[in-house]
Amino acid sequence: MFSHGALDFFYVIIFPGFLFTAVVGLLSTWVDRKVTARLQWRVGPPWYQPFADIIKLRAKESIIPYGSNRAAFIIAPVVGFAAVILTSTIIWIANIYPQSSFVGDIIVVIYLLYLPSIALIVAGSSSRNPFGAIGAAREMKLMLAYEAAFLFAIFTVVVKNGGIISLGGIVNYQLNNGDMLAQGASCIIAFIVCLLYLPAKLAVAPFDIPEAEAELIAGPYTEYSGVSLAIFKLTKAMLLFVLPIFVLTMFAKTVWTPWVILWYVLVLVFIILVKNTNPRLRIDQALKFFWLPILGLSVVGIILASVGL
Amino acid sequence: MKTENNQRQLRGIDKWGLKKSPWVFHLSTGSCNNCDIEILDALTPRFDIERFGIVLVGTPRHADVLLVTGIVTVQVLPRLLHVYEQAAKPCFVIAVGTCPCTGGIFDGSYHHVGPLDKVIPVDVYIPGCPPKPEAIISGVVKTLARI
Repeated sequence: MFSHGALDFFYVIIFPGFLFTAVVGLLSTWVDRKVTARLQWRVGPPWYQPFADIIKLRAKESIIPYGSNRAAFIIAPVVGFAAVILTSTIIWIANIYPQSSFVGDIIVVIYLLYLPSIALIVAGSSSRNPFGAIGAAREMKLMLAYEAAFLFAIFTVVVKNGGIISLGGIVNYQLNNGDMLAQGASCIIAFIVCLLYLPAKLAVAPFDIPEAEAELIAGPYTEYSGVSLAIFKLTKAMLLFVLPIFVLTMFAKTVWTPWVILWYVLVLVFIILVKNTNPRLRIDQALKFFWLPILGLSVVGIILASVGL
Repeated sequence: MKTENNQRQLRGIDKWGLKKSPWVFHLSTGSCNNCDIEILDALTPRFDIERFGIVLVGTPRHADVLLVTGIVTVQVLPRLLHVYEQAAKPCFVIAVGTCPCTGGIFDGSYHHVGPLDKVIPVDVYIPGCPPKPEAIISGVVKTLARI
């Protein structure tokens, strides 16, 4: 019916890729802002607010600051954006066609998930702004903090299912043997570690250290305006959707049941509640938090998994 | 001394976007802090201007509206021009309080350059010492009507 290329284009641009992820991601940021407003006893913005923000930013002037590295300044947001689109496509295709031979494995997804953070670091360093530079340095330290625990948590799943590292294989395994979460204590521990990883990766409170608005204005985003800022905002909104779906794919084969909506909303509400009830940590506190208790927890998880619990 | 008004007129959906999400940068050119407190009052749950998509941002690069409070002094003038030029256009300027509107009791002082509209183009004036939060919100609404 369609050629292979047209189908790939459809996957990347429309359904699991750009359009779908952007719309759901922007609606998720609205849920975030609305719930935050209700928690503070306010009314909050209307549902189209994130869309209006993006449309407005797209129409505004894009300024490239004098003395910045022009190429890096312009390319950085696009790289992060492309990586998120690709991640979303890979995760959803793996969920839709778990039988297909290769659409990417966990390693690819983990590498692609690095890219938005690296784009932020490049953006902050290239913009010739002290706030941007400090924000980039903090983002780097935050990445060092959370990645080790997250990798251990993901590889707990791999150890548990007998060494399957393709996403489709993990979905298949869960279709045959039940959810990963129901497989034992090690997976529950890994899931908790992943839940704590989410706010850090998304850079929301208490881990909004790179863009702490009271100290760093807007961190790496400080010099950005217009289209580039719109792309950054969109990337962040899409990550808010893609990351929980990735974690849910790893631990609960939910994507083709209506339960996916419930699971996703639960994870989103968890992120929002943590965000609204915790003050921002200092970077050293975040590092200590992830390297001592959380990394310890994930190591316990992987040991439990290797003895079969 | 006066900066050019190099605004672009937005049309269609872009205009709608700007009307629904004006991001505000708060610039105090040496006010007595009274107008600044009234601006922060407008952010409280009682008034909740996030209903209209208004958010306070930290950098002029993100701003659609500059809220200027306080008189324009000789010292602050270069900084004020710098911030106005840093803001991504189209950017609207609101003079909050009597000081930027006319100079108030500082009119004719040795350190006073003049009213704000002598230096940068001003879209809306909100007089009062300080203006009430209701007056500030009404001023922002009038700015949006001018887009």
